[in-house]
Amino acid sequence: MFKKSRLIGEYFMQGDIACAEGALAAGCRFFGGYPITPASEIAERMAMRLPLLRGVFIQYEDEIASIAGILGASWAGAKSMTATSGPGISLMTENIGLGMMMEAPCVVVNVQRGSPSTGLPTSWGQSDMMQARWGSHGDYGSISLVPNSPQEFFDLTITAFNFSEKYRLPVFIMADALVGHMTEKVVIPPVEELEIIDRKYTNKKPEDYLPYDYGKNLIPDFAKAGDGYRYHTTGLTHDKRGYPNMTFECQNELVPRLVNKIKNHVDDISLTEEYDIEGADVIVISYGITSRTILPAITMAKKKGIKIGYLRLKTVWPFPEEKIRKLSKKVAGFVVPEMNLGQISLEVERCAHNDSIVKLVPHPGGGIHKFEDVLHAIEEVAYGK
Amino acid sequence: MRFWEKPFGKEKPKTICGEIHIINDRCKGCSFCIEYCPRNVLEVSKDFNKKGYHPPIVVKPDMCTFCGLCEMICPDFAIFVIEKEDE
Amino acid sequence: MANNTAQLQEKSHPMEDLLRMDRMPHIWCSGCGLGSAVTAFVEGLKKAGVSYDKTAIVSGIGCTGRVAGYLRLDSYHTTHGRAIPFATGLKLANRDLTVVVFSGDGDLFAIGGNHLIHAARRNVDINVICVNNFIYGMTGGQNAPTTPLGAYSSTAPFGNYEMPFNLVGLAAASGASYVARWTTMHARRLTDSIATAANKKGFCFIEIVSPCPTVFARKNKGGTGLDMLKEFQTRAIIDHDADPTTIPLNMDNEIVCGEFVNDDRPTFWENVQAGIKARLEKFANWEEMQSNSRKISHKKDRKYTSSRDSSIMRRNT
Repeated sequence: MFKKSRLIGEYFMQGDIACAEGALAAGCRFFGGYPITPASEIAERMAMRLPLLRGVFIQYEDEIASIAGILGASWAGAKSMTATSGPGISLMTENIGLGMMMEAPCVVVNVQRGSPSTGLPTSWGQSDMMQARWGSHGDYGSISLVPNSPQEFFDLTITAFNFSEKYRLPVFIMADALVGHMTEKVVIPPVEELEIIDRKYTNKKPEDYLPYDYGKNLIPDFAKAGDGYRYHTTGLTHDKRGYPNMTFECQNELVPRLVNKIKNHVDDISLTEEYDIEGADVIVISYGITSRTILPAITMAKKKGIKIGYLRLKTVWPFPEEKIRKLSKKVAGFVVPEMNLGQISLEVERCAHNDSIVKLVPHPGGGIHKFEDVLHAIEEVAYGK
Repeated sequence: MRFWEKPFGKEKPKTICGEIHIINDRCKGCSFCIEYCPRNVLEVSKDFNKKGYHPPIVVKPDMCTFCGLCEMICPDFAIFVIEKEDE
Repeated sequence: MANNTAQLQEKSHPMEDLLRMDRMPHIWCSGCGLGSAVTAFVEGLKKAGVSYDKTAIVSGIGCTGRVAGYLRLDSYHTTHGRAIPFATGLKLANRDLTVVVFSGDGDLFAIGGNHLIHAARRNVDINVICVNNFIYGMTGGQNAPTTPLGAYSSTAPFGNYEMPFNLVGLAAASGASYVARWTTMHARRLTDSIATAANKKGFCFIEIVSPCPTVFARKNKGGTGLDMLKEFQTRAIIDHDADPTTIPLNMDNEIVCGEFVNDDRPTFWENVQAGIKARLEKFANWEEMQSNSRKISHKKDRKYTSSRDSSIMRRNT
């Protein structure tokens, strides 16, 4: 009865539930969460499924406890996850920083709502994108994946676990209420067809083991609690032994490593989808649900004879800088429709520099872009130059 | 003649003695051990340690009964007692 | 330790197997009670006979937060106030571990107060050791939730206006399985208490009243650490039958010490297991239902579950 860890086959499934199933398929066996619209369904599904798989579900007293709890579970060797929305992420940011500093693998799902503050609890937005990158104080490399359908929510949850295990950090899944509450066909493949990566446990003896000794890939080997390694970890600036060390030298070794361990692996982490990029005049860059709601505008633009390309970001952070830089030399400009008042468009602007125009199509959330607005922006870029 | 118990005085009862070890340079001179030693074995030394504190010094080594209170109360892990073999 | 005597180099401190000797001397001030509390903890662990490899210690921030860094166990120095939820996650994900939270009164009762009462309510199987020094030591003597009414601190220059928390009362009222209070002077009883807690299941709470000579005593004319210990000695009484809710700590009242609560309540994990078992017996074919009812299947011989079962499924998906 306990053996059947996951469903296999085709299902008519809600996005949030697909996310929970994806986590279970990836091997998540610890969920700590706090109810929040529109992410509650993930917790509800986990509460139903995890106990039968000998996993642990715990509803904590708040989001701060949830993230602290999943970090603890991560150190005990479990793949752990929490799911929340914008206000919850705001509470979690301090401990997300702890996870980055301690290098504890876990997954944080943000089913975004209209923001700021309590905002639009039952509606959607994409206004937490910069928070996912810069939310916690200090410099660190971070990974954020953005799904645009329940199927992709399932797939990217598995990818998020793989990245978190591989690079040892909390990974964000930046869904939104529209994806989370959308019900669509989800195909769950058999176990053999999924690529599941587990963290690299150290093979050193306890007396030789240093918890933060890294190799060429800048990622230290993991040792879990209770295996006799008796290591120390801290949120303070620490040396290879994990001991606090308040010197410039130590800070200068640790913090750049936290950034570079992601920066050096952008090619591996960066997932994008491209259509008609070659020879395009205008490229529309979008991510998440926006990438689906603006499709009519692209079709219209094509009919009007504009050479239009379409780039969809599945990985928003780390930002595919090189790709955008190369493209910006070839095209007239980029159109960036997003459900915020300009966050990822700033990154595109930075990478496009002065080579091409970047046109933002803003939307405050709670609705979807009017396709005329997007079309207008595309025409402006295409004919303006 | 057989006795049920050995008569008193036939075998000298073993007295438990302790041997106090002080790690001078770890001491921060709080004098908890000196104050709470039930047999007043320790006293403040006149010498300074590396950090400038006065560590304790054993003045009555024979009085120590290996109660271990100094080891228990020392906040700096600077004093410990080992049970002596004989005497 | 370069100029130790020859004798000392032969014999090392008996606690060296549990302390990170490469980090000594520790950062705590002369006369601080934290070192005594750590000694009691180490002795208590030895006495309890738990495996050191299977023991994890979690600390928050502050003077007491540094305890984790000095103990050679799996040790975690987390964010301010969040040691208890971290420990809860650690314990639930690896139930073989003995998880101990060692932190201060500000960390556990001010910023982390909510987590403490909820962990006690859930009765998670962790031990919480709270060193109460009545003040925030590391940041320079600001008001704590335990600072007695009228006591001076950096942020209470005219005396504290707020009523302090009674830590043992709060823990007992929240449902902890084991509640005790000792001062650092009660070294042996504290050791026994820690050993009892280490082998006891459920949420165990031990308050250790500790002297803070550098800030609390300086601001309140308490003298040195030794003077504070002597004061504890005169004020402390041991009463195991005292009602923990009636024994707050003030500037000059009795410090009532003892083991106030020692109950056996089912822990969080035991309740989870019992709950799942009861539910599984009720719906023995749950997993089968799960895979059949929502599958988009074109097979003609597809088995439909009863209407009652499918309504359950609908509710759960």
